[in-house]
Amino acid sequence: MSDAVASIRTSRGPWATALRRLSRDKAAMACLAIFCLIVVLSLLAPAYASFANTDPFRSSLDATVEINGVEVPVMEESTEGLALGYTPIGPTWQLGNYFLGADNQGRDVMARLLYGGLNSLLISGAATIITMVLATAIGLTAGFFGGMTDTILSRILDVLWAFPVYLLAISLSIVLIAQGIDLGIIVVEAGSLWLPIFIIAIVYIPYIARPIRGQVLALRRSEFVLAAIGLGVPEHRILLRDILPNVSTTLIVFTPLMLAINMLTESALSFLSIGVQPPDASWGTIIQDGQGLLYTRPMVALAPGLAIALTVLVLNILGDGVRDALDPRSKIKLGGD
Amino acid sequence: MTAPLLETRNLSKQFIVGSRFSSLGLRVVHAVDNVSLKIMPGETVGLVGESGCGKSTLGRCITRLYDITAGELYFEGVDISDKSMRQMRPLRRRMQMVFQDPYASLNPRRRVRDLIAEPLRVHLNLGETEVRERVSKLLDVVGLSPDHMERFPHEFSGGQRQRIGIARAIALEPSLIVADEPVSALDVSVQAQIVNLLADLQERLSLTYVFIAHDLSVVRQISTRIAVMYLGSIVELGLARDIFARPSHPYTQALISAVPQPDLKRAGERKRIILTGDVPSPIDPPQGCRFHPRCIYATDKCRKERPILLPLPNGRTVACHYPLNGTV
Repeated sequence: MSDAVASIRTSRGPWATALRRLSRDKAAMACLAIFCLIVVLSLLAPAYASFANTDPFRSSLDATVEINGVEVPVMEESTEGLALGYTPIGPTWQLGNYFLGADNQGRDVMARLLYGGLNSLLISGAATIITMVLATAIGLTAGFFGGMTDTILSRILDVLWAFPVYLLAISLSIVLIAQGIDLGIIVVEAGSLWLPIFIIAIVYIPYIARPIRGQVLALRRSEFVLAAIGLGVPEHRILLRDILPNVSTTLIVFTPLMLAINMLTESALSFLSIGVQPPDASWGTIIQDGQGLLYTRPMVALAPGLAIALTVLVLNILGDGVRDALDPRSKIKLGGD
Repeated sequence: MTAPLLETRNLSKQFIVGSRFSSLGLRVVHAVDNVSLKIMPGETVGLVGESGCGKSTLGRCITRLYDITAGELYFEGVDISDKSMRQMRPLRRRMQMVFQDPYASLNPRRRVRDLIAEPLRVHLNLGETEVRERVSKLLDVVGLSPDHMERFPHEFSGGQRQRIGIARAIALEPSLIVADEPVSALDVSVQAQIVNLLADLQERLSLTYVFIAHDLSVVRQISTRIAVMYLGSIVELGLARDIFARPSHPYTQALISAVPQPDLKRAGERKRIILTGDVPSPIDPPQGCRFHPRCIYATDKCRKERPILLPLPNGRTVACHYPLNGTV
C-alpha cells in the first residue's frame, strides 16, 4: 500500500510557500525595496538635519546660505507681482544646502520632508497596528461567540461605519486636538502624535473587523472547528489555534493596503491642521505650508505630494503581490496575466 | 444484562429557520424526532437513511456537538442531555467523532503532528517527547508512516486524510466513536480499506461504533445492528443480517432493494422497489405515518394514525401498522 511508503521530509508550510511565491514577484519585490528605502531615508532625518546644520522646526527668516561662493539670504524680497513680502529660496539641488529650497518660515524643505516622512510613517504604521489588533479582537469575538456579543459589537461597528471616514476623523480631531484626551487612566496631551494615531485607527476598525467577523462566522461552522469542539478543545484554544491562523492571511493582505490608506488619511488631516501640529512636520503639513507658495516655489508642496503618491503606490502594488502570494486563486478571479 | 453505553430517550432536535421578518416567519425543522435508542458496549449500530433524514444530526446530538431540544441522553449511565459545552469537555475523552469530509475536518494550516496531538495536549498532561511518541504510534496504528508527521493535510489523499481523522479520534482511547459517513467521500476501493481499519480498531481497542451511512452495503459489512431512519425518526431497528434478509418496514424494503446485486444469477430474483415522490419537508411533516405518501401499502389508518416503534415477535422493532414478515 502506498500509504506506508514515505520519504522523510519536512513539508514547506503555507507561510514559507507564500514567501517563496512573493519573492518571485518582481514588481512586489521592487516596491518592497522602494518602501524600505523610503523608511530608511525617513529614519535618517536627524542625521540629515545635523549634516545640513539646520533646525527644521524653527523659523529662520534672516538666515543666509552660500551658493557657489555667494552669500544669499534665505528669504528674498519679492520681485514678482505686487512685490510685497518675501519669497523663500528655491531648490539649490545641493545636498545639505536647501536642496529643495526653503518654506515660508525659511526652514529647509528637504530636512522637513524627511522628518515629515518619519511622522507620516510612524502615524500610519502605529494606526495600522492598533486597527489590526482591535479589529481582529472584535471580529474574532463577534464571529465566534455570536448571539448578544455579536449583536452589540456589530451595531457599534455599524455606527462607526455609518459616518463617512473623513467626517468622523475631522469631527474627532477638532474635539480632541485642542484638548487632548483625559480619561483618568489614559491621558493624551493636546498636540501629541498619539491623537492622530488613535483617530485614524478607530475610524478604520469597521473596515477590517467586518470582513474578519464574516470569515470567523464561516470558520465557526467549518467541520474542523466542530471536530475541535468534539475533541474537547477549550474555546480560547480553538480561537487561537484553529481560527486565528485561518484569518491571518486576510490580515496580512490588508496590512500594506491599510498602511497606504492611513498615510492618505494622515496627510489629509494634517493638511487640514487637525493632524500633526506645528512645528512638527508631516507630509500633509508641508503641503499645507507650500499651498501659499504654489506659484513661486511649487517644490515645497510638490515634493511631499510626490512622496505620498509614491509611498501609496508602492504599498498598493506590494499589497496586491502579497494577496497573490497568499491566495493564488485570486489571480484566476482577476482574469489575470 | 449489561448497561447500555449510550442511551437516548425520546431525543428530539429542532432547528429554527427563516426570519421573523420574512413572509413565512420563523419555522421549525424537526430534524430528529423522538428517537429512543440503546447502544451496547462493543457493538456497532449502523444508522441509515437517505440524505436529510436526520442521521447526521442525531450523530451530532449524541456527541453533544448540538444541544438537544427535548428528551434525554445518557452516556455511561450519566445524564448528559443538559450539560454545557464546558461541562462536556472532560467527557469528550470517552466519545469521539469521525467526520464525513476528510478535507474539511482537518485544519489546513496545521501539521499532521499537531492535528493528532491536539486531543493529547488538551486532555493529558504529557511532555512533548511523549506526545511525539504517541503520535508516531497512532500513525502506525492507522496505517500511516510516522514520517508523515511534519506534513500538511493537503499533501494526502482522501483515504490517508481519513486515517489521520481516525488516528485523532482514537488518540484518547475512547469507548464510543460516532463515525459520520466516514467513507462516503472516498473512492470505492479506499472505502473497503477504511471500513476494515475501523473493524480492526474495534477489536483492538474494544470500541463501540455508531456508524452513520447512506450506503447500505457498507453498513451491512460493519454493523451488528441497524437503525433505519426516515424523516427524523427511527422506523426500523434490528440485527443487521435479519434486516437485510427480511425487512419489516416498507421503507427498509425499498432501501434494500436499491442495493446493487453483485451476483448476476441472482439479480433477477429481487424486485426493485422504486419510491415515488420526494421526501416530505421536515418543516411540515405529513400527518399520520410519515412514510405514507410514498408507501405502496398505505391505508386510511396510515394517513390518520402515527405508528409507534413496537417490538415484533422476531425481535425487530418497527414503526409500521402493517409490518412485512410479521404482525404486531
